[in-house]
Formats: sequence, structure tokens, C-alpha cells
Amino acid sequence: MSARAGILAAIRANRPAGDYPLPTVPDFTPLVGDDLVAEFGERLKRMGGRVAEPGSADVFAGVRERLDAAKVVASAVPELAGNRDLQSVRSPQEVEDVDVAVVRAVFGIAETGSVLFTQDELIVNAVAYLAQHLVVLLDPADILPNVQAAYRRPEFARSAYAVLHTGPSATADIEGVLIHGAQGVRSLTVLLVPR
Amino acid sequence: MSVEDLNPRARDGVIHPEVRAPHDESERAQDGGRLQHAEAASKPIRAPQTREKQPRGAKVRGDRPIDQAEAAERFLAAPLHQAAHDERLWDLRKKRDASAHGIPEWEELREIASAIKAHTLTHLDHYLEQFEAAAKANGVHVHWATDGADHNRIVLEILRSHGARTLVKSKSMLTEECGFRHHMAANGIEIIETDLGERIQQLDDEEPSHIVAPAVHKTRMDVAEVFAKTLGTDPDNDDAHYLAESQRETTRPYILKADAGMTGCNFAIAETGTVVTCTNEGNADLSGNVPPLQIHSIGIEKIIPKVEHLGVFIRLLSRSALGSPITQYTSHFRGPRKGTEMHMVLVDNGRSARLGLEEFWTSLKCIRCGACMNTCPVYRRSGGLSYGATYSGPIGLIIDPTFNKRKYSTLPFSSTMNGSCTNVCPVKINIHEQIFAWRKVLVEEHQIPALKQGMMKAAGAVLSRPAAYRAAIGAADSALKVLPRFAVYNPLNTWGKKREMPDAPRQTFHAWYKQNRMKDTGR
Amino acid sequence: MRVGLFVPCYVDAFEPEVGIATLELLERLGCTVEYPFDQTCCGQPMTNTGCHAEAAATEALFVKNFSGFDYVVAPSGSCVHQVREHLTAIPQTEEVKHVRASTYELVEFLHDVLKVEALPWAEFPHKVAYHGNCNALRGIHHARPSEIVKPFFSKPLDLLRLVKGVELVDLARPDECCGFGGTFSVFEPAVSAKMGYDKVADQNRAGAEYVVSADSSCLMHQKGCAERLGLPLRYIHIAQVLNGAAA
Repeated sequence: MSARAGILAAIRANRPAGDYPLPTVPDFTPLVGDDLVAEFGERLKRMGGRVAEPGSADVFAGVRERLDAAKVVASAVPELAGNRDLQSVRSPQEVEDVDVAVVRAVFGIAETGSVLFTQDELIVNAVAYLAQHLVVLLDPADILPNVQAAYRRPEFARSAYAVLHTGPSATADIEGVLIHGAQGVRSLTVLLVPR
Repeated sequence: MSVEDLNPRARDGVIHPEVRAPHDESERAQDGGRLQHAEAASKPIRAPQTREKQPRGAKVRGDRPIDQAEAAERFLAAPLHQAAHDERLWDLRKKRDASAHGIPEWEELREIASAIKAHTLTHLDHYLEQFEAAAKANGVHVHWATDGADHNRIVLEILRSHGARTLVKSKSMLTEECGFRHHMAANGIEIIETDLGERIQQLDDEEPSHIVAPAVHKTRMDVAEVFAKTLGTDPDNDDAHYLAESQRETTRPYILKADAGMTGCNFAIAETGTVVTCTNEGNADLSGNVPPLQIHSIGIEKIIPKVEHLGVFIRLLSRSALGSPITQYTSHFRGPRKGTEMHMVLVDNGRSARLGLEEFWTSLKCIRCGACMNTCPVYRRSGGLSYGATYSGPIGLIIDPTFNKRKYSTLPFSSTMNGSCTNVCPVKINIHEQIFAWRKVLVEEHQIPALKQGMMKAAGAVLSRPAAYRAAIGAADSALKVLPRFAVYNPLNTWGKKREMPDAPRQTFHAWYKQNRMKDTGR
Repeated sequence: MRVGLFVPCYVDAFEPEVGIATLELLERLGCTVEYPFDQTCCGQPMTNTGCHAEAAATEALFVKNFSGFDYVVAPSGSCVHQVREHLTAIPQTEEVKHVRASTYELVEFLHDVLKVEALPWAEFPHKVAYHGNCNALRGIHHARPSEIVKPFFSKPLDLLRLVKGVELVDLARPDECCGFGGTFSVFEPAVSAKMGYDKVADQNRAGAEYVVSADSSCLMHQKGCAERLGLPLRYIHIAQVLNGAAA
């Protein structure tokens, strides 16, 4: 008998007695106020992320200093050129020297301060982790109230890769000391820029 | 790669300019406030700067029963470690409370999560087949492993067929169960753990002591010692930022050149064939997105039916574990990247058999949040390594005996059955009741020491015969010699070693009652 | 109302005043209390160690002693939890089921059955830390434990508020187990004692003069720990405080 057949047979033989219907999950009232943009920003900041208002002349005013200091900027958004073309990247290792990556989020979640990316926004998935810093464009109209609403979105069922980022890479494995940039990006800044 | 290549001191600019100076430890928010997301402590928990040798775990000798009490006593004999450990995990429990109390529907969420798991586990064959079909349709190679050895063999074959020699992986309790790392090392495959805590434990050649915080039993000085020996860091620098950064910089070359990447799995979605991982470091995403070959090891009990159910579990997981509303990264791996291969290994390793244990099958609901460990007063004072098993703390007490009844026969007794574990469990496993039930099973199957059972037999004989009981307890002075209830027939008198003995009262209640209330009855 | 008084073995041997206070308090509140003379123990030491067969005869004796009452009352959450949840080593006859269902812990009996609203004789002008025994707290639901997200309630605190002069102090870890754990205290003495030391240190830091609990076993353990550490804490059962003990 194959492992597969053996496991399935054992599961059938050992099925616990009793009826356990799949519960319906009710719609919970979002625990955020009406101002989703403010709620999102507040929660993102608590998770170690940053929020920058776009400047009137320069959309990237809030991160201009960071961009100017960067040697390698990889942009996945039309709003910024950058100097590393992600479309032409052949293997993920090529983006290990990226200082700042700029990507657009599919949506944000006010409850947690999270943003969603799929392989389509990232172009090279690894850039969101190998880069030193991540700059995220988010349309304020794309902020959902809560996690429950997020998981009703179609992206999860159709993307090869979908990921919620909530602030930067973090660890506190040594005596509870919080450290950003554990393995992935050292900072995550969200710019509220309409599509 | 030699130690020289990896030595952060030997290379310029390895310590990143943005790494905090030692005097400014905590990360700050944009507004300057002290942050405490992820597994961060709510206040500094700095073990005193006094060297104290790290206590090691239980002595494991084949199938012989683990002496958890002995290992716990050694942990307690290192008071600096014990105090920091206790305080840190209690802090996580408090953060969990604060977070849970902020959600009015918390108890309802626990109910629903528990019910979804019960449903899935009782229809597991169906959902596994659905998951497999969806994954295959997504272009994923799906494998089935009966046990740990099977899992290791399958992964080794995948690696060999690709000529892969190095593998980076993120944290997975399942691979710990399978003894994966040791097996791969024996077969010439280099495995690099990419979670900081797990990496510390790998470099120290020690098992993880906690499901979520593998090195929580170590102080920063212990870490500095391990890293100095293995990564060549400055042995006198125990700054947490320096240590973490050294790990980042020495691990990254492995991530970049690894032939394969592996992750565990927090949730597997049947309808879409998706593997979901929850990490704070982003290391699962690095393991899954950088190497040209990716493998996901999945315990078959991780299945949940639909994506929408993540809306329940994701809300519970990190809040229960760390008091944080969500982990920094919640990653959904569904299909291979262009030009690469993706493998998923569905592992049984005792789970299907556990499903048949009437009193214990609901332990399969566990989502590995570690909340029961954080709240367990025995765990906090014993350290996870004292259990000598892959799973420690309350959940370990009820899972470990299913792997080896003799070896882990002692563990269900390492509990006061206070029930806090059950109350924090996000999927409502009746942990302390299962501990109670395991004790019965172990006695029935003669897995407890004859001395202990003999004592209970003698106690039962006395306590069921009023005359014998009265003779043992009747006179006030003899009562002290045979402390009832907890110390009766205990030849060692462990009570008096650590606590003062109770005073002997002038007379028992029974004698008082006879003297004061029964004069007229003539009895 | 015929009430059978169960005095647990360790109360009988070491804390007879707790038994006396329970008896007097119930009588003051109008109950007809009987003390079955052949009583011994509820069987908990054996069942908690997994030795159910060894507990059967003791359980049978318990049922025999207490089957004729409307209510069985004991000043111990832990023993009542055993009777209600774990007295299963003997066949579950109607008699056994009746005894198990009608066995109450003193606090819940006063709070839920007698619905006591005044204790005019009780005065205890001291700073008090309340210790909730784990079986009473989480097993028979004396109060809402800190882990649970529901409105707060506490039956023992409701009763203590009826006692003149009681000033309650808050512990840093209010619901933390004190480490007694029945036979755990004997088989895992190092961890048990450390938990006890931490518990009494918490009570001391909170400024308590007295620690009040509905379980003598926890109190005995904590008292032993406090004395070993040289802390000036005193331990008293809630039955005594409610019965008007002047301390």
C-alpha cells in the first residue's frame, strides 16, 4: 500500500465518532473607526512601520532622503524609475544588493496595519526581503477594515504567492529585545498614493 | 564557507550603520514611542550581567522515562536564567491577555476555530484529497510521508534529484519531530536554520525549548558565547543588536547560495492548495522565494477548508502567541515561481493514529501558538528542555506520550493541572483534562513507577476504611507523621525540605466534633 | 434543608478550626448540618495520580456517607471538583449521580444556594490578598479567570465584601497557581516550592497582612513557604473570616 493510501485508510478507520458540522463564520463588526486611513496608519506604526504623506510636488518627499542615499533602487511602480530593472532580473539572487525597493500594495488592512502583495506587484518576490528597505505605495481607497474582509478578497485563491507585510522584518529572540531587520527589510514605509 | 568568511569582525561594514547602539535597545516607532510588537518584551528584561552557566535539558537515555523533575531542579539552580525565563514568558502571557481583551468576540472566535478544526479533523481524508488535487492543479509536486523517516527520505530524494547540497529552512516543529536536521547532516546535506532563535539552537547543537521562541531559555550572554564560538563574534559583546546583526550577515550568504529552501506550515488551505506560514523575520519568505527549489513540510492536521477561515485563525494565532495583532509576515505559497519547482510533503507521523484516541484526538487541533507554555507556571520554572521531547509544556504533556508511551510516561505528571493552559488555548483544547486522562491511561498500562502506584494503593486502603483512617490520623501527633492527602506514605518527606511543616493542632475536627457535639448521643 | 458536612482529611487533621467555622457558619445561616461520622476522603489523591482503581473504595465510602442529604457542603474547591468532575471510578448509579450533583463548595453554596447578602457578625480589619484555588477558580467557576474575555465576577470576593473592614490588595499575578497541586508537591518538590515562594513573594509585595482562600491545602503550602522565607504573612480560610474570626 502506498503511503498515501495507508494514511487515508488510517484516517478513515480512526475517524472520531460524532457530528461536527463546519460552522458559519459570522460577520464581525470591525474594531476600527470610520477613518480607515488614520486607523491603518496608527496600527502600522505600532507594528514598527512608517507612514509618509506624499508631498504636493514630489510623491516621494517622505522617503526622498532614503532614496537619495541609496545606491541601488529597484522600483516596481510606474511612479518611480529606479536604477534596477526588476523585469529583467533572471534570478532572485541578483537583487541582493538592492538598498530600497518600491512596490505597490494590492490593499491595506486597518485592523492590523498590514499590506498585501502578490507576485504581480513584486515582480521578483525576493526583492521584498533582500532589499534593505521597503517603500510601499498604497491607495487610501484600498484600505479594508479588517482581516476578515481581507480574506474574502480573490487574490489569495488566484495568486501563486500572496503575502501580508505588517511593518518590517523583526525579531526579539534574544531576551525580548526588539530588533528590526532580522532577516528581511530593516524598514517599511507606506506612502498613501492613489493609483 | 569557513568561519573566517563569516567572521563579522573580519569584514568591513558588516555591522549595518542602522544597527542600534547598545545603550538604546528597543526599536522606536515613527513617533518615538517604544515598540513592543512581534515577540518583544513590554519592558526590558535584562538578565543580570553575572555569568551563570546555562542549565542544560533533561538527560535522554533511549526509551527510559524522562526525569523532568530532575532537569527542572537544575534549571531552578540557575536562578538568573530561571527568573529571566519566567518573567519573559509571563510578559508574553500578559501581552496576550491585553490583546485578547481588546476583542469583544474573542471567546466566540475560539469556539469557531475549535469547531472548524473539529470538522476538518473528522473529515480529514476528504480535505487532504481536496488539498492534493488543488496543489497538483497549481503545478505543485505533492508527496505523502507515513512517518518522520519517510519524510526525510522523500526530501533527500528531491534534493538529490536536483543535485542540491545546501538547504535553508524556516522554523518547523514538524521537522524537529522528524529529526530532519540530523538525518540530512548524516547524508551530506548542509541545513541552515534561518529563524534567529532556531539558528542559535542549531549552532549550540541544542533542541528548541519553546515552539515560538526557541532560545527563550538563553540569556544574551549565552548567545554571545555560542556566536563567539561558531560565528567568530566578539565574545565580550553581548549586545542583542550586534548579535542579531551578526546572525543576519552570516546567514545571508547561505540564503543566496542555497540550492533549496524549506518551510513548515501553519495552515494548509484545502480549497486552494495553499501553504500559509506566519513569521516575524520574513525568513520563510526568503527560504521560499530565493532558492530555485522549494519544499514545504506539512503536518496533515494543518489543513483548514477555506481561505475565509484564515480570517478566524490569523486573528487568533499571533495574539495568543505574542499579544501582537498579527505576525510581521503572513505568507501564502500556492504555486511555483517561473522556472522553479515546488514540492509539498504531507506528513502523518502518528497523527492518523492519534485521531483514533477518543480522549486525545482534539490535541490535533493545536495551531502551535505556544500560549499554553507561556502561561504554564511549571513550564516557566522548568524550561522547555527539561521535558526532553520535541513538544514541551502543557501541549507537550498530551502529545509526547503518543510518540513514545514509556519515554514520556512521566510528563503528564509534571503539572499541577491548574487549567490556565486550557483557558488560553485559541482552539479550546481541554489540555489539563487530557493531562488528567493521560495519567489514568499510563497507570492502566503500567507506565508509572511501582513505588508511586504502591503508595496510592496503600492510601486507598486506608482512606476507604474509617477505622484505619482514624487510627492513622486520630491522634494529633501521629497525624504529623502521616501527613494526609499529599504526603501519606511518602518515604522521602520532600515536603519538609522546602517548606515548614504545619503545626500539629490540639485535636482533629473529628475529635472536636465527638467531644462537643455528640455528648448527648451517647456514641 | 439537610446539609451534610464534608470535612476533607487534611482539614480534619491540620485545620480543625476551618471545619468548625464551616459548621457554625452554616448553622448561623439556618441550615441543619449533619457530620457523617465515618467520612474520610473524596479519593482525589489517587485519581489525580491516575490511580482510579485504587480510589474506587474511597469513592464508594464517600457516596455511602453522603447519599441522604439535600446538599453536601465542603470547605474545599479542590475536593468538590473531584466529587463533581472526577468521582468516576465506581458505577454511576442514581445514588452516585445525586451525591455528585448535590455536592457544593462552601463559597458557592453561600453565594448561589443560600444567596447570602449580609454577614453582620463578620469583621476583619486587615489588608487581604485573596488566593483562588485553581480547581475552585477554573474547575467550579468561583470567578472569571484572567485568561477569559468575559465580564468579571467573583463569588468569594462578593462574600468578602460583606465583611466589615476587609481591604483587598491586588496581586501582580492574581490567578497564578501556587504550586501545591496535590501529589505534585511531593513528586516535583523543587518546582512546587519555587512556585510557592513566588506566590508568597507576590502577596508580600502587594502589602497583604492576610491571605484568604477557600482551600486549606493551598494555604498550608503557602504558609510553609512564607515561613521558610521569613515573610510576615498570615493565612486563614475564608470560612473563618466569614464566620467572624477576629484573627
